[in-house]
Amino acid sequence: MSTTVYVPGDAGALSVGAGEVAAAIADEAKRRGVKPNLVRNGSRGAYFLEPLVEVQTATERCAYGPVRAADVPSLFAADFLKGGTHPLSLGLTDSLPWLLTQQRLTFERVGVIDPASVPDYVKHGGYRGLERALQLSGAEIVKAVTDSGLRGRGGAAFPTGIKWKTVLEQTAREKYVTCNADEGDSGTFADRMLMEGDPLSLIEGMTIAGIAVGARQGYIYLRAEYPHAHVALKTAIAAAYQAKYLGADVAGSGRRFDLEVRLGAGAYICGEETSMLESLEGKRGEVRVRPPLPAIKGLFGQPTIVNNVVTLTSVPWILAHGAEAYANFGTGKSRGTLPIQLAGNIRRGGLVERAFGLTLRELLYDIGGGTATGRPIRAVQIGGPLGAFVPPAHFDTAVDYEALAVVGAMLGHGGIVVFDDTVDMARMARYAMEFCAIESCGKCTPCRIGSTRGVEVIDRILAGIDGERNVRLLEELCETMVQGSLCGLGGMAPFPVQSALKHFREDFRARV
Amino acid sequence: MESLPSEQGAVVRRIVAQHRERPGPLLEVLHAIQASLGYVPDGAVPVVAEELNLSRAEVHGVVTFYHFFRRSRPGAHTVSLCQAEACQSMGARALAEHAQKRLGIEFHQTTADGRFSLEPIYCLGNCACSPAALIDGRLYGRLTPEGFDALIAQGTPAA
Repeated sequence: MSTTVYVPGDAGALSVGAGEVAAAIADEAKRRGVKPNLVRNGSRGAYFLEPLVEVQTATERCAYGPVRAADVPSLFAADFLKGGTHPLSLGLTDSLPWLLTQQRLTFERVGVIDPASVPDYVKHGGYRGLERALQLSGAEIVKAVTDSGLRGRGGAAFPTGIKWKTVLEQTAREKYVTCNADEGDSGTFADRMLMEGDPLSLIEGMTIAGIAVGARQGYIYLRAEYPHAHVALKTAIAAAYQAKYLGADVAGSGRRFDLEVRLGAGAYICGEETSMLESLEGKRGEVRVRPPLPAIKGLFGQPTIVNNVVTLTSVPWILAHGAEAYANFGTGKSRGTLPIQLAGNIRRGGLVERAFGLTLRELLYDIGGGTATGRPIRAVQIGGPLGAFVPPAHFDTAVDYEALAVVGAMLGHGGIVVFDDTVDMARMARYAMEFCAIESCGKCTPCRIGSTRGVEVIDRILAGIDGERNVRLLEELCETMVQGSLCGLGGMAPFPVQSALKHFREDFRARV
Repeated sequence: MESLPSEQGAVVRRIVAQHRERPGPLLEVLHAIQASLGYVPDGAVPVVAEELNLSRAEVHGVVTFYHFFRRSRPGAHTVSLCQAEACQSMGARALAEHAQKRLGIEFHQTTADGRFSLEPIYCLGNCACSPAALIDGRLYGRLTPEGFDALIAQGTPAA
């Protein structure tokens, strides 16, 4: 049997040279007359080690990284195909400190398997959740999801089981399962890693959702900024159809479930669920007024599940291992695990899946190793462009929905962007308003006009014009947007501004 | 509104015919047009509207709502620089200033020789390898001004 070599095909790994490394390995192997089996896996999420090359030896997987194409001849010379020692040796993959400290449930197969292979997926526990679901009634599947305590991982943290129950209870000509894969928050990439590294688990999660509520059609709404995920999803969907896990007779059950990917077109607002539905219908992504909820009147006016990628991908594990096993992880009302993304100015950035309850300090320093620039951390922004800036004084806060709310922050999709002490917080506040102005759908006035006025007011503060008065005006404007906007974009875009004013007022005062 | 050269018109009609029966086809149609022609010409709007039984205003409204759809021909190479927070924390603003100076254009512009279009983009999901850029569909991470110059000097970044 030939040796298997893993070189990630993950977009992040490719962005730092994994494609060149894979080509160099293929070339060098040919030159030496050996024929390793080259698999393009997902990323293990240790981006500081990418490109991370792994070799499957008789018993274990050995890791090397970060590998450059120029290192490849010396890797062969060191007999890396047999796990040989090399300056880039990282030991056994399973013993990497990055992975040892994690609790990977949703990400259990990401970086492990060949994302395009149904047999590899099944060999690593895939489709056990669906198998279980097909033995249950719709209500029993929904109960399992409810009992697991799973809450929407896209940001709103709404209990998933309750959403599903609402759709289950509707009588309708057609029902839909839609996946919100419009992961637009800066500092987040968990959805992308899942779709590229283990797309079949998303497909399985959506299939289970369809079986549970009686929907026969699913749509994945994918952002256009993710071309690699698009290819991975299309490949995996074709493979699932081929293996009869999708289509007219899902896994021999006689039940139909069809699935299709639809591309967004660069509009951040389409991550808002009603705007996403409008966009899926081929319209401008303008937010709908709620009620009715999408669970009652969603896509094409029919009852629709709208869930994020991480949420849906967590479902197969819950069905396969039981609701209680999932709920045993976590703390308080935040059950299960959370894929946290360490991003921006951080020494060891990447994907950390852990049970809820870790503190920010542990994440930023013990796991992340502080800033990449080596300077002190001045602020972190949690939960994307609508999330608050958190100062070091709050770094002992636990990362769960409720604990973060106490310090005026929100977890969102679990992205943490780190800034060192060179950051200009007044400028970051201006950016928050500018981003809202660029991305506003324009339907409601507080968001459409408020964000533009917000940029202008901050510009006056930065120019030293009537500072005290303009800071007060900015605070009032933020309040108006929070209270008066139709959806979370205008309603939350002031959070970074307000938190910057609260915790980093000196950056504004310098100009006052 | 400019009328569409007949060969482009044929492309647009063929694309609409392929997607017409799918539910909510307009975005799919526009994506396919842009993939074929490089942009969505204004002249395509009435054709798409007529074929899909929509008003011109509806189609125009969708084309102009989404940042991804272009209404003018792009340069031979499209360079999108991430300007979101994670990339900002690693010098994306300085990189953007450098790129604009190097290419002699601002964001949303195309160089006079038609070789490069420069666009801002808000998150490529490569936030642990910031700053990031997407050049002709290929993703780059930890991009420095020197690295940017090397890519541009190649003229045609590797596929």
